[in-house]
Amino acid sequence: MSLALEILVSAALVVGGIFGLIGSFGLLKLRGAMQRLHAPTKATTVGVGCTLIASALTGLAATQAASWHEVLVTAFLFLTAPLTALYLAKTHMLTTPPGELPPTGTPRDWSNRDAPG
Amino acid sequence: MIARLIPHPGLSAFLVLTWVLLTNSVSLNTLVLALLLGLAIPVLTASYWPDRPRLRSPVRLLCYIGLVVWDVIVANFQVARIILFMPHDQIRSAWITVPIDLPSPEALAMLAGTITLTPGTLTADVSADRKALLIHCLHAPDPDATRDDIKQRYEARLQRIFA
Repeated sequence: MSLALEILVSAALVVGGIFGLIGSFGLLKLRGAMQRLHAPTKATTVGVGCTLIASALTGLAATQAASWHEVLVTAFLFLTAPLTALYLAKTHMLTTPPGELPPTGTPRDWSNRDAPG
Repeated sequence: MIARLIPHPGLSAFLVLTWVLLTNSVSLNTLVLALLLGLAIPVLTASYWPDRPRLRSPVRLLCYIGLVVWDVIVANFQVARIILFMPHDQIRSAWITVPIDLPSPEALAMLAGTITLTPGTLTADVSADRKALLIHCLHAPDPDATRDDIKQRYEARLQRIFA
């Protein structure tokens, strides 16, 4: 591996690590379940992204062939991260007092509270 | 005949691509298996796609994905700044309701996912008639501007992508 590539990989790893740390720090710092949900869903995406870039570059240097697994990991991350956040938010909504949520502006209530049928 | 064998050409192509990426090699073996999977899975799962929307413009979809990836990167820096430098009492969190006019559930799911991934907003719920989304903002001094931004930036584009 050339020096320039090593520097690039190290930089990607350090930036990724910093963003992962910020996301975890956000969990500690922010207040309330909903605010805390914002930190790990967002600040960590670049963290994981940078780590994947480092992994792809290392793989490229080691085998001289592009590794496409990182592309797949990114795609699956983009598909699953919003779902986890949605489940956590919906669970949290069950304990929120009804007056705290804004009205839907439509005839039906939010699906969490809407009576079936 | 072809329409019955390949009910969902886009999904078939996507599955073939995913399998080739998973095995990380383009050989005859992987291609045959990829084709088998690409043909079998859409037929087996056809009943889960009763009224799938037509993709009006794949090019626009690619542009949309590019825009979202860019916004996700910007969002990371914005949220990192709020976490690191903003005192507790200045963070204005808010619930907002965004009225939605998207015909297909698939487009709505895509919009909800986009909102969760992008700057300081998180989809929490959808109204039972699928006409409004409940969104939590980490820091929204002006909730109306956030709502208009979501409608213009993402919903308008999705309306043009899905017929």
